[in-house]
Amino acid sequence: MTDQITTDPGKPAQRMRAGSLTLTVAPWIIAAIALMIMPLIFQSNSALTIMNQMWITVIFALAYNMLLGQGGMLSFGHAVYMGLGGFFCMHIMNYVEDFGLALPLPLLPLFGGVFGMGFAMIIGSFSTSGAGTRFAMISLGVGELIAACSVIIVAFFGGEEGISGDRTYGLPFFGIEFLKQIEVYYLISFWLILSALLMYLFSRTPVGRMANAVRDNPERAQFLGYSARWVRFYSFCASGFFCGIAGGLFAISYEILTEENLNAASSGVILLVTFLGGVGFFFGPIIGAIVFTLLQTVLSLQTELWAIYVGALFLATVMFFPGGLAGLIMMHVPAYRLGKARGLVVPYIKTLVPAAIGILGICALIEMVFHYRHGATGDVEMTLFWTTFDSHTVLPWVIAGAIALVGIGIARATAPSLKEAWDEANTAGGAS
Amino acid sequence: MELILVNLIDGLVTGLLLFMLSAGLTLIFSMMGVLNFAHASFYMLGAYFAYQISLALGFWAGLLFAPLIVGVLGAGIERYGLRRVHQYGHVPELIFTFGLALLIEELVQFIWGKNQMPYSVPEVLDFTAFSIAGNSIPAFKIFMIFISISIFIGLLFVLTKTRVGMIIQAALSYPRTVEALGHNVPLIFMGVFGVGTALAGVAGVIAGPVLGTFPGMAFVLGSIVFVTIVIGGLGSLWGALVASLLIGWITTFAKSYNIAMSDILNGLGFATPENMSENPLRDLWTVTSPQIADILPYILMVLILIFRPAGLFGKRET
Amino acid sequence: MSVPALELNGLKKSFGKAEIIRGIDLSIGKAERHAIIGPNGAGKSTLFNLITARFPPTSGTVKLHGEDLAGLEPYQINRKGLSRSFQITNIFPAMSVFENVRCALLWAQGYKYSFWNLVNNSRSLTEGADAILDQINLLERRNLPAGTLSYAEQRALEIGITIAGGADVIMLDEPTAGMSHSETDYITELIMKVTEGKTLLMVEHDMGVVFGLADRISVLVYGEIIATNTPELVRADPKVQEAYLGAALEEEH
Repeated sequence: MTDQITTDPGKPAQRMRAGSLTLTVAPWIIAAIALMIMPLIFQSNSALTIMNQMWITVIFALAYNMLLGQGGMLSFGHAVYMGLGGFFCMHIMNYVEDFGLALPLPLLPLFGGVFGMGFAMIIGSFSTSGAGTRFAMISLGVGELIAACSVIIVAFFGGEEGISGDRTYGLPFFGIEFLKQIEVYYLISFWLILSALLMYLFSRTPVGRMANAVRDNPERAQFLGYSARWVRFYSFCASGFFCGIAGGLFAISYEILTEENLNAASSGVILLVTFLGGVGFFFGPIIGAIVFTLLQTVLSLQTELWAIYVGALFLATVMFFPGGLAGLIMMHVPAYRLGKARGLVVPYIKTLVPAAIGILGICALIEMVFHYRHGATGDVEMTLFWTTFDSHTVLPWVIAGAIALVGIGIARATAPSLKEAWDEANTAGGAS
Repeated sequence: MELILVNLIDGLVTGLLLFMLSAGLTLIFSMMGVLNFAHASFYMLGAYFAYQISLALGFWAGLLFAPLIVGVLGAGIERYGLRRVHQYGHVPELIFTFGLALLIEELVQFIWGKNQMPYSVPEVLDFTAFSIAGNSIPAFKIFMIFISISIFIGLLFVLTKTRVGMIIQAALSYPRTVEALGHNVPLIFMGVFGVGTALAGVAGVIAGPVLGTFPGMAFVLGSIVFVTIVIGGLGSLWGALVASLLIGWITTFAKSYNIAMSDILNGLGFATPENMSENPLRDLWTVTSPQIADILPYILMVLILIFRPAGLFGKRET
Repeated sequence: MSVPALELNGLKKSFGKAEIIRGIDLSIGKAERHAIIGPNGAGKSTLFNLITARFPPTSGTVKLHGEDLAGLEPYQINRKGLSRSFQITNIFPAMSVFENVRCALLWAQGYKYSFWNLVNNSRSLTEGADAILDQINLLERRNLPAGTLSYAEQRALEIGITIAGGADVIMLDEPTAGMSHSETDYITELIMKVTEGKTLLMVEHDMGVVFGLADRISVLVYGEIIATNTPELVRADPKVQEAYLGAALEEEH
């Protein structure tokens, strides 16, 4: 589907003409309010930590998508820009502590942003001349280089143990010293809204629009007066800036940065997050970051095998829903516009609930295999879905297998009627 | 002098090993236009499969069967995974292979755990072939050189002298025309993918006992392999060979000769600063060549991409 | 005589040993509609690509309003007021029709690489793009992804993108290729309308289109221009007759 990979073409203009500016502003206000009341609902410190991590990832993923989704540039070393911004902020933080520089903490991420952008300008000056494999390979090479340098250049990166600091030495900001987690939360939330808004607006500027044009057809863009290389360069620098801001917030939130913030694994994660959420829509990476952080924190508490599930989910997304979660959501817009979305609810339940149960059954089997193979000798008891049983007896295997088979079986049997309902819901006219 | 010879042999072993991976990768690239990020994962699978088979049937059975299994697996992944993603374009393809690499690593951990496997050199080859000035060269290294060179010659023969090779070469450049001539191009693609991954499997089988069989082995070698084919020029088999050997020797020599940056700087006429701990450039002064041996290939690649985007032997720009 | 809008001097291009363009001299005046015709493989598209710097020429010069274009990139040439379309439709398929045209307006309206202007807030952009859409009869398709348009509509959009920037020299590469009769008429009329007062250089196979549109015609055969004249005189030129008949005979064998 072509419209899946379109970043909301022309619709805003239509809205403006209809005079409904509220439609564009409303999501931002709702998001801001949601950010404000979230800590009132989830009050525990661990919840705050998870949310902080989530919002930082959101900024990072949005910045990453400025390249991948909007500019069509695939970077395998993007953690570097966030990491370097973070390291730089950490040094400033320590400088503030050591020399009593009068700098309020909330301004710190800005420095990270400038540093990230500066580094992006250096790398972008030679990497943005192409978008394809060349760009990807340079990003990989630079990423590996910087990650390796982090162990060699100890003065800046602090070697194996990284560098750490204390955020509370900054100039108090209206009496706030950022001792408490909740204060940090609001600081991050502020920067989240600001950066997300700026990134959204960037996509609506001439250079942002041309980034899309260059992604789709660089040659045609050249014949419209734009140098594809410069358009990519500007996107790249802007992305570096917001990555740096995310890095600065990371420094504030965790007060430590290590090689882990720069390495290929971190770069891989952000690609995963962004793609999972959907690169075709602005809000895709936001969904991706939230879902992924939840999976990472919640699922990893439940099972050692969470990475397998996430990997499988990722592959399934690439293969079957290249638009990601956002694409999946936006697929339903036509049906909704036709007023037929309601007709999909029952078929969905009929197919997706058994499918989910079936998948849980498969997961149970996987967990049992893992326990069977790697459990300590003599340790035959395992707990799964609040049930404790002996993984070395036959019965649990039969039950899990049966659940998996029946669930998937029902889902397969009901899939055709879902397809029918789907086609019906996406056809204008007819009986609804 | 003797040390140079030993290093030449060591570098040759590393380089040829790299070549077995990069040869398959570069074939796959010229075919599909996509770098297979999971290529090193097939190398890892080769090592693990061979280990598992060697437990029951011994090393030689592993050498024979493990690459076959890996090749069939690779062909299957091309058929049911990659071909599906192909319609969405190059970036999703690249992302697919990236996800595949992640998943394979997780699956290997799932099945064999996180520890290194006791996969070792077979007894027949576990002796010193000869020694140079007190440095013994194990027979297994000679065996590795032998295997890799015979594979290279075999590959070259198939590609240039047989009918199948001709069709493959034509299909690489003009898939449509070859299809119109009545050849089953998707089948050729699947076959090349299978053979490429099987080559990676062979590399795994013979490297596993020396470099260790553990879940991180794909990651360690993976990005170096891309670097190799980018340096050599994407799609060029000769380029892959030259770049592999180049990287093999550069890293081996950088590791065995401890060249310190301070010596170089002193040689250039800079005096070593007296108070090192306060000097902002202290890390530059303490850098030694073994420290940076592993990143030399990346530096080389970035330089190549800047100054010669097509790579050493490549014809087209990446 | 005033400076010609477009002037080619001794333009040559070889690919390897094959000389595709063998020394072309051509001068096109302001507001002239000029067509290049010639048998298949004569090098018409190559000539276009040389003028717009898609390929560098082997030798010779291209002058736009008397200014040498040597060494300039396509985007720099475009900024000097030369715009072209492509033989194979070359649009932004994933973007909306409106967005396609708007992108073509950005540089011309002086937005450059700015990241402090919002495109939606610019009335001149929106109105300008809508005016172009109106001209090419695609206003109703405004918000559809360009890739979903019919072939003829995509060709019209291609022309729309080409003229949108307000370039005074327009180059169209086979604008009616692969079209039905009614579609051809529609595009011909469209070209007539949108190139009013501008310099037009077009490559075209359809003789009906050429004779209806062009003020002057150049005949390109094997990389050389064998005749340049008004449609009537070109039609009567024995050399042209020979070239076309010869090519037709060759194709039969």
